[in-house]
Amino acid sequence: MTDLSQAVRDAARRLLSDGLVDVVIGFEAGTLPLRSSPCFVRHAGEVERLVWNMSCENNLAKYLPRCSERVGVIAKGCDTRSIVGLLGEGRIERERVHIVGVPCQGMLDRRRIEGELAGREALDMQEGKGEVILHGDGFEIALEKERYLHASCRACRFRNPVIYDTLIGDPVAEGVAADEYAAVREFEAMPRGERWRFFEAQASKCIRCYACRNACPLCYCTECFAASTEPRWLNPSTDATDALVFQIMRVMHTAGRCVDCGACERACPVGLDLRLLTKKVEKDVEELFHYKAGLDVHERMPLSTFSPDDPGDFIR
Amino acid sequence: MRAVLLAKNQISVLLEALLQGHEVFAPVNDGGLIVFRQVDSPQQVVLGYHNSTLPPKRLFFPQTETVFCYGLEGAQLALEEPQPASGEKVLFGVRPCDARSFTLLDRVFAGGNHCDGCYLARRENYTVVGLSCTRPRATCFCSAVGGGPFSTAGSDVLVTDLGTDYFIEAVTDKGAVLVESLSGCREADEDSIRRRTEAQAAAEATLRGAISAEDMKRRLQEMWDDPLWDRLHEKCIGCGVCTYLCPTCHCFDIVDEGSEQRGRRLKIWDSCMFPLFTLHASGHNPRPTGKERWRQRLMHKFRYWTESHGEVGCVGCGRCVVNCPVNLDIRQVLNEIESLTKKVE
Repeated sequence: MTDLSQAVRDAARRLLSDGLVDVVIGFEAGTLPLRSSPCFVRHAGEVERLVWNMSCENNLAKYLPRCSERVGVIAKGCDTRSIVGLLGEGRIERERVHIVGVPCQGMLDRRRIEGELAGREALDMQEGKGEVILHGDGFEIALEKERYLHASCRACRFRNPVIYDTLIGDPVAEGVAADEYAAVREFEAMPRGERWRFFEAQASKCIRCYACRNACPLCYCTECFAASTEPRWLNPSTDATDALVFQIMRVMHTAGRCVDCGACERACPVGLDLRLLTKKVEKDVEELFHYKAGLDVHERMPLSTFSPDDPGDFIR
Repeated sequence: MRAVLLAKNQISVLLEALLQGHEVFAPVNDGGLIVFRQVDSPQQVVLGYHNSTLPPKRLFFPQTETVFCYGLEGAQLALEEPQPASGEKVLFGVRPCDARSFTLLDRVFAGGNHCDGCYLARRENYTVVGLSCTRPRATCFCSAVGGGPFSTAGSDVLVTDLGTDYFIEAVTDKGAVLVESLSGCREADEDSIRRRTEAQAAAEATLRGAISAEDMKRRLQEMWDDPLWDRLHEKCIGCGVCTYLCPTCHCFDIVDEGSEQRGRRLKIWDSCMFPLFTLHASGHNPRPTGKERWRQRLMHKFRYWTESHGEVGCVGCGRCVVNCPVNLDIRQVLNEIESLTKKVE
C-alpha cells in the first residue's frame, strides 16, 4: 500500500467521523490488474476500502452534480479543474463539497500496456519506483511508468489540484508538455479530404453507446440532445453521418469547458480518437479567447458571456 | 459425429476452399479491434485472438435494421420491405461463449409465438464454426453460467487448436456436411482425440465458480426492495457499454427516419441503461434512476431469463467486465448477492 493510500484513508476517516460529510467518493481496488474503481464510503469503519495508485483514472467530479449529500471527493488535478467548471456553472454548491486534493503523477493507460503484452494476459500489477511490474502466466515485465501514461496525462500541465479543502501528499512538478496541441496542428495541416476520411473512419466505428458522454464530468443534462425525440436533433442509427453529428455536437458542447481529463477517450470501448476533437476545440478557445477552462471559479466562461471586443471575425 | 485433423499451416487452404462456395465471416483485426467481417482472403482472418471486441451477434441482429421503406408518390403510398438475406454463409472462428449466445437469441427472435423472419433467415443461412478456448482469460466465466470453453452450443462445427493441428469436429448435421466437404484433412486418430480431451480438461480447470441459475433466480425474486440496489449502481455512469458489447442483450427500439414524403422504419438496438428506454410519452419514467435500471439489467439476465427459459441470459464472455468504464464488475455483484442472501438464510 502506498503512503498516499493511507493519507486518503486518514482524510476520509476524519471527514466522516467528524461529521463533515455524509459520503466520501474515492477509489477502491478494482477487479482487474491496472484498474481501480470509483467507490462511495459512508462510514469511517469502511475507509480501508480506499486506495490511491496510478489506475485511479476516472474523473470523480462526474458524480457530484447528481449527489444530494454532503460529499468528500478525492480529486486529482483534472478532477479539481472539472469541479471548478461545475461550480462556475452552478451545478454544485461549494459548501456541500469537501475537496481532498491529491497531486497526481499521471494515470496508466492500460490499453497501451496491454498492447505491449502481445496477447499475453497480465494477472497482477505492482507499482515500483518509476516502473510498473506486470505478472502473468509465466512472464514478468517491467515498464517505465512515464512512457505508459494516458495521452491526456502526458499533455497535462495541472497535475496539482487547483482547488481543495484538504491537500494530501506532496505537490508534484508540473508536466512540461512540449506542445499539447501538436496532434491538433498536424491534423489541421492535413488536406480537407484526408480529414474528412479520418472523420468518416472514426464515425463508422462508433456504436453509439454514449460512454464518452456519460464519462464526461461536463455532461449533466437531464435530457441529452442525443436522446431528445421532440425535436429530434439527430437520428439514432449507426450511420456514420449520425454518429459524426453526435460527436461534433457533443464536442461543441464542451467548448471552453473541457479540461482534457481524457475520460471520454478512456471510456470508449472501440478506441475512438476523441481527444483530437476536444483538443481542437480547446485550442480554438485558447487562441480566440485566451481562456483555459477549470482554473478560476470566478472567471466567466467565454462561451456563456459576451463582450463587445470579443473576436468576431470568424462569424461570416 | 465425424472429426478430422488439419495441419495448422493448411488453415489458409481450408479457408480458401470455404471462400469458393460461401460468404465467409471471420474475426479480423481492424486497427486494434477484433471484429467479425466478411473476408475475401484467408490472410485477413485472425484466429489467435482472445475474444472479439464486439460480439458477432450483429450479424444476426444488426444494430440498425430497416423494417421497411416508405415513399409517397402523389397520393400513392409505396412500401418496400427488405428481402430476407440469402446465400450460404460460414461464420468462422466464433468463441464458444458467443456461439452459445446465438441459442439464447434464438429463443427471443425465433422461439415461442413470435418469430422474426429476417433474423431466422440470417440464422439459417449461416454455418457456425466455433473455436474452442484452450486458454480462457481471467475475465472469462462461461462455465459459471452454464457454458464452457469447449461448449458446442450454437456451433455446427467446433475447431480446437492442438498446437500443430486443428481438431475439427462436426456438432450438427449442418456441420457434418461442412466437415465432409473439407479437403486436406485426415481422420482424427486416437492420439488427437486424447489430446483434445486433455486440452478441454486443462482449459476447464482454469475456470472456477458456478452460479446456479435456480438459486440466483430465487435470491433475486426475494430482492426487489433490497437496499443493495441503492448502492450497487452508484458508480455506474449509465452508458451502454455493458449492453451494446453483450452478446445476449437483444432489446431494441422501433424508430422512423425521414419525412412525410419518404423514409424508413428501423429496428435499432436499445439499452436498458438509458433513461429513454422506459420514458413514457406522458413524461413519467418508471425507471427514473440508475438504481432501477441496474436492477432491471441484473434481474433480466439472472431472474427473468431463468423464469422464462430455464437458464441465465449471460454467457460469461467477460466483455462487460473488461470494458466497463468504471469497472463495475458483474461477477462481483453476483458474488455479493450470493453472500448477502446466504447471510439471511
